[in-house]
Amino acid sequence: MQQAQTIAEGRPPSRGTLASAARRTGAQVIWEALTREGVDTVFGYPGGAIMPAYDALPGYAIRHILVRHEQGAAHMADGYARSSGRVGVAIATSGPGATNLVTGIATAMMDSSPIVCVTGQVSSAVIGSDAFQETDITGVTLPITKHNYLVTRAEDIAPTLRHAFFTARSGRPGPVLVDITKDAQQATIHPVWDVAPIRLPSNGSYCHPRWREFERAIDLINSAERPVILAGQGVLKSESSQLLVEFAEKTGIPVACTLLGLGGFPATHPLSLGMMGMHGEAWVNSSIQEADLLIALGMRFDDRVTGKLATFAVKAKKIHVEIDPSEINKNVKVDVALVSDVREALQEMLPRVQWCDRQAWADRIAALKGDSAVRDILSLPDNGRLFAAHVVNDLWRITEGKALVVTDVGQHQMWEAQYYKHDHPRGLITSGGLGTMGFALPAAIGARFARPDAEIWVIVGDGGFQMTACELSTCAQEGIKLNIAIINNGYLGMVRQWQEFFYSGRYVATPLKNPDFVKLAEAHGLAGFRAARREEVEDVVARAREASGTAVIDFRVEQEDSVYPMVPANADLHNMIRRPRPLIETADEP
Amino acid sequence: MSPEMRNPDPKASLSRTFIADVEDRPGTLNRVVSLFRRRSYNIDSLSVGRTERPGISRITMVVRADEDTARRIEANLYKLINVLHVQDITDAPSVVRELAFIKVSANHEQRGEVLRLCELFRARVVDLHSHSMTVEITGCQDKVHRLIEVLRPFGILELLRTGAVAMVRGSDQQPTLEEPLGNDPTDEVAA
Repeated sequence: MQQAQTIAEGRPPSRGTLASAARRTGAQVIWEALTREGVDTVFGYPGGAIMPAYDALPGYAIRHILVRHEQGAAHMADGYARSSGRVGVAIATSGPGATNLVTGIATAMMDSSPIVCVTGQVSSAVIGSDAFQETDITGVTLPITKHNYLVTRAEDIAPTLRHAFFTARSGRPGPVLVDITKDAQQATIHPVWDVAPIRLPSNGSYCHPRWREFERAIDLINSAERPVILAGQGVLKSESSQLLVEFAEKTGIPVACTLLGLGGFPATHPLSLGMMGMHGEAWVNSSIQEADLLIALGMRFDDRVTGKLATFAVKAKKIHVEIDPSEINKNVKVDVALVSDVREALQEMLPRVQWCDRQAWADRIAALKGDSAVRDILSLPDNGRLFAAHVVNDLWRITEGKALVVTDVGQHQMWEAQYYKHDHPRGLITSGGLGTMGFALPAAIGARFARPDAEIWVIVGDGGFQMTACELSTCAQEGIKLNIAIINNGYLGMVRQWQEFFYSGRYVATPLKNPDFVKLAEAHGLAGFRAARREEVEDVVARAREASGTAVIDFRVEQEDSVYPMVPANADLHNMIRRPRPLIETADEP
Repeated sequence: MSPEMRNPDPKASLSRTFIADVEDRPGTLNRVVSLFRRRSYNIDSLSVGRTERPGISRITMVVRADEDTARRIEANLYKLINVLHVQDITDAPSVVRELAFIKVSANHEQRGEVLRLCELFRARVVDLHSHSMTVEITGCQDKVHRLIEVLRPFGILELLRTGAVAMVRGSDQQPTLEEPLGNDPTDEVAA
């Protein structure tokens, strides 16, 4: 392998660097570099090629959480990052350790989550020889990382990790992998600590909107009659929730959220419409379809949000505020593109937008709410049967909407989005883009270490829970407190729902024979509870909250319930499948 | 080549030429090519080589893309950490050339005719055997395409094209970067 030029050998370490007199091993440099980046917790699993690093760990004030599977380490780093805005760190060995990270890295990539994965690699002398536990992990992760590095020299460890953290958190955040050979960890060097500000070499001026584009955006906003704001995760990433509230209140424009944008605008605010998209409220999607202006903030017009592109909001002009220029015109052609951080764009526009009287539009949205025939499951008379929506809504009520909720992927995820009203940023962590089952429990463990004071509820399906249930051991070993609500319907529910709707009800490979989740919890030394009727919910929730350690509740919910409303894949956004049962039609809050 | 000889291939109108200055590191080409594969952008040709600046290589890519796709290709290239500068020179005044070797079947009776055609195209004969000739041509893609077409009736035994290299006309340099090697310190996975 060709040795590329490096800072250490290519440039004198004179400008903006601190040379250290003390000698260090590469392994020590890893932990010192992480400490310098402010890392207090890492999630990892040892193995041959990373053992020198593990051997050096006790000398540093970094807490290491031993996971049970490296996928969990990547999700934990992700959950740590999403719940705090800081960079999460996962550690793994070469070969299978590194490849086990892949699902977690891809999850972080799709949802723009800043994580740094440090992997051991076989010694540089044997790279390419198919050595024991050798995998070309930089090759494997090339398309699912923002950037990755192979480090073969101890001198390169410090500058590379510094660059990796900068890359992970700058611009549109994302995962970065640093693969460090065993001999680089073992070599002894005089580390050089670069402290000069990092500047990426590429042409940064490409990314700033011109005043003319702001002028056009402001003109469109001030003259729109039926505008809707679409708030995505960019609002949360740029910490501009408060600014968005000011913007919406000043202009009087209603706000719809994407799944990952939930919490970016208070759900109980009068201008809040709710979630849009495949399982969004019918009136939200109808409002978008009737709008004459969409102001998209930090979202990427995912297919789960737009439905069929050809019929998506055809009457609307579109303003797209997005930090990543490659998202502009990718799915939806927009009229004004502001390539910018959401916060900067809102700050620029806020003084220049005006309040407009749009009573007709407000009345129309109110009518859509009233006439939209939302057959709300919460208005079901309580016949004692347990619906997932009951569980989620009761949790919302009991926790006063203040819990940090971490969800998995599937029906329960959509019910959570519909029935847990998020008023605060970083109140919901969920795998949106990649839709990774098994994400919830490890992500919640990661969040636990970033937010030690938060009440955390894991809402997870019986299928997804079993994908990473081994991390219950991590909860037990670390002595941490999580509340885990398993929405147990005995099916892979979302797939079952699609089979019911689109595959003539042939339930192929979706029924599940599950273990006894209460006994499973108890086998880990954790508290386990079960509820099968609605009147039992309050009691088990209270007992789970009281338990000193992690508690698992097995909620035996209605088995063949489906998530409504639903826009079938690639259908028009306004043509939604509604709950078929003859229920009371209401859109009122419960 | 005279204007009337230009190839009126309608697909040619979708063909766009990009030049990208990239850091000369192991793995950079892999990243660029992986991007095109992953996003299903169709590469017609690609060539890479060193430039006057140490540590910086120039990639010239010819890609089938409409205007919107071209903008996204540009933006996606900029997301690669090792990519320093990207320019879509399709509509810019520029010199675009490629080189081709064409091994054409020609006995001694046909040689004269092949030589005459080569002269018209300012192509050179670089190898000659009893039943074949190897022709070297440098020019824009249309010109190379046209010579291939006129030689085809003789029987093309082997054909090799380098893909286009391009440079913008005029005396301007590509923007220079204070620190062309940035802060990316490592050797990465080899392409």
